[in-house]
Amino acid sequence: MTGKYLFNKYYNLSNIISLILFITSIFFLTFKGLNYGVDFKGGTLIELRSDNTNYKTEDIRGAFNKLNLDDLSVKKFGAEGDYVIKFKRSDLNEPDFIKNLKNDLDNYLEDYSFRRVENVGPKVSAELLQDGVTAIAIALAAMLIYIWFRFEWQFSIGAIVAIFHDVIITLGIFSLLSLEINLSIVAAVLTIVGYSMNDTVVIFDRVRENLKKYADIKIFDLTNLSINETLSRTLITSVTTLLALLSIFFFGGEILKGFSFAMILGVILGTYSSIFIANPVLVYFKVSQKTLIKEED
Amino acid sequence: MLYFSRLKIISIIVFCLSLIFFSISNFINNEDFFLKKKVNLGLDLQGGSYLLLEVDKNPVINQTLQSKLTQVRNYFKKKEIKTFDYKLGKQKVLFKSDTNDQEKILELFKNDNELNPYFDVYKSYQYNVELIDNIFELNLTKYGIIEIEQSLLDQAIEIVRKRVDEVGTNEPSITKSGSNRIAVELPGLDNPDRIKSLLGRTANLTFRFVTQNTDASFGSEKLKDLDTGEELNVSKRIIISGDNLIDAKPQMDNINNETVVSFTLDRLGARKFGRATKNGIGKQLAIVLDNQIISAPVIRDVIASGSGQISGGFTFQSATDLALLLRSGALPAPLDIIEERTVGPDLGEDSIKAGVLSLIIGFILVILYMIYKYRLFGLISNFALIINLFMLLGFLTIFEATLTLPGIAGIILTVGMAVDANVLIFERIKEELKKEKNKVIAFDNGYTLSRTAILDANITTIIAALILFVFGSGPVKGFSVTLSIGILTTLFSVYYIARLLTSLYVIKNKNNEVTIK
Repeated sequence: MTGKYLFNKYYNLSNIISLILFITSIFFLTFKGLNYGVDFKGGTLIELRSDNTNYKTEDIRGAFNKLNLDDLSVKKFGAEGDYVIKFKRSDLNEPDFIKNLKNDLDNYLEDYSFRRVENVGPKVSAELLQDGVTAIAIALAAMLIYIWFRFEWQFSIGAIVAIFHDVIITLGIFSLLSLEINLSIVAAVLTIVGYSMNDTVVIFDRVRENLKKYADIKIFDLTNLSINETLSRTLITSVTTLLALLSIFFFGGEILKGFSFAMILGVILGTYSSIFIANPVLVYFKVSQKTLIKEED
Repeated sequence: MLYFSRLKIISIIVFCLSLIFFSISNFINNEDFFLKKKVNLGLDLQGGSYLLLEVDKNPVINQTLQSKLTQVRNYFKKKEIKTFDYKLGKQKVLFKSDTNDQEKILELFKNDNELNPYFDVYKSYQYNVELIDNIFELNLTKYGIIEIEQSLLDQAIEIVRKRVDEVGTNEPSITKSGSNRIAVELPGLDNPDRIKSLLGRTANLTFRFVTQNTDASFGSEKLKDLDTGEELNVSKRIIISGDNLIDAKPQMDNINNETVVSFTLDRLGARKFGRATKNGIGKQLAIVLDNQIISAPVIRDVIASGSGQISGGFTFQSATDLALLLRSGALPAPLDIIEERTVGPDLGEDSIKAGVLSLIIGFILVILYMIYKYRLFGLISNFALIINLFMLLGFLTIFEATLTLPGIAGIILTVGMAVDANVLIFERIKEELKKEKNKVIAFDNGYTLSRTAILDANITTIIAALILFVFGSGPVKGFSVTLSIGILTTLFSVYYIARLLTSLYVIKNKNNEVTIK
């Protein structure tokens, strides 16, 4: 009685794959780093729309290049004619900066408008980054403590390892693809933390219930049984959440693209890790009925 | 878990209806509708400007220390205690005394409230006094600085409000942020250049004589004349300042055919101005704004009426702005704009459209999937989901919460995750139906046994959302608001609406075949 599908046969294989992905992600994060947006790096972002269909990205870039801006980047942004321009700026306090920029730009471009302008000073961006990192760290700690109260420490470690796996690999993929990290990505990461935890807790809840019920089944098979019993729920919830996220990704506009992409990665990874990462940890710690009884003493 | 008393059913219905009622007021444009509450749209959705200003406290701290130096020197002179070698160090005042007076001086700094005020609220003195190598070092305590910051911020926010109000933008919001910052939100404003230039100026106006004496120690300084570009030597003695102004407005001067700013002085200012012009006929009077000379006319006549004109090659716009700045008064300290975010109204509109479209599509996909998976029970769960969305909107309306683009994403995510609780329950019921013949008991067990998993799952998400609420900023905060309220309404809709409908169906069909597909 171990359930229809033998997930536990793949524990070792999946753990090796995850370990490779995890180490590769760490490698990317260390050596390539993350592509921080203006929220965290400071600087100016302009979303520009041009009604002149003859313009290509090179034309827009060429026009901005003539303005002597530091660290300039020009990219297409969603719909035809929409661009995002980013650059560094030393003095945020020059009140007429944008006005002057527009005047200069008028020499090189026509039929354009600024749809969005963001200026973030170095002090604020440093604080926002600090807040983002603190928020994620506190969220991880809070999850660890919560699950420690609700379960035993072995479960707690299993869940945290799974969450770390999801967050690091998600960020690793962002690093690999040079996708922008901004405030909404922090929100996405926090939601991933919550979602991954959610998925793991549901399976763990069943593991604990089964531990009490079946003294004779070893943890290796017991986790498999529990995964099978909760499998349809795990899949259905992942599907409905992904349906919602895909809808945001495709129809929610350019601003939510990064956010929904991070969440989609997180949900897929979270579903995978709650089965293939969190449960093997219980096996390694040789969790048994005794683990629960000891706690209750 | 399946039994509902009649009273309970009625309260559930009343509760849902009242929230739905609130949510509906968002869709009704009728002015007569007695409910005026609506969800606020964030700046990213309705377009507008957000500015974060930081008060530069350093000039004021230096000023405070400078006047403290004078106060301390006079204080000891009056007490006939010999002190000397006064100096203004970095963030501190230094002075010396005879060695036998040192104890006494330290004692006075502890006990005389006039010399060193004690704040009962903070349990701290305003100044810290130390004797290092026979030199007294006087610096502001942490709370001394906080006190300065607070009063600075209070004054600055008042001036900022006046200036923004004068420009007349639509429902601006001006709030303190932290100990030394002011957040300004200007809905609907897609070009903040004018406000930025108005807030970026201290607008410290003074009228002072131009002197011939070039020695700086004589109390004069070299300032640049904006009009002519030359440097003039201006006395540091202030005749009148912006504080004496009661009105200022732009005016067309018909004689020279240029725009000027005309001003009216208060009584004290008028008297001082009259005396100064009487004694100073033939002299040049410098009108100084933020350490730059706007103009320096020669006094030809006594001006006793208490009103006058400033000319300085203004355009009508710059004269209007100067008049506005003078009317609103000088900022106590310079303000730095450290963050600015502006969204054009068309982008906001596009974001709303995209947000609503993705909400509808996501919603339909989830609904179809649930019907496919659970048939009748899918319908029940979908009904609960729809009520859930209205309740979520109802709560947002009651709290007049701000809906942002990430906030809409939070609602869509709620749709995706809200069904989770029902899925957990239905799957559990399926398992129980295999073991238990009595359908009512099987359903009851399904609800009871899935409860801990549901609570755990939702509490973890709420923890993440709350942390985001505390640390998040701007639109992202809106995401945590909708996500957390969404979780609460989800739990309610699952345990009261979906369970009520399920129980009605099961109890009615307790002898028939009931399956969850």
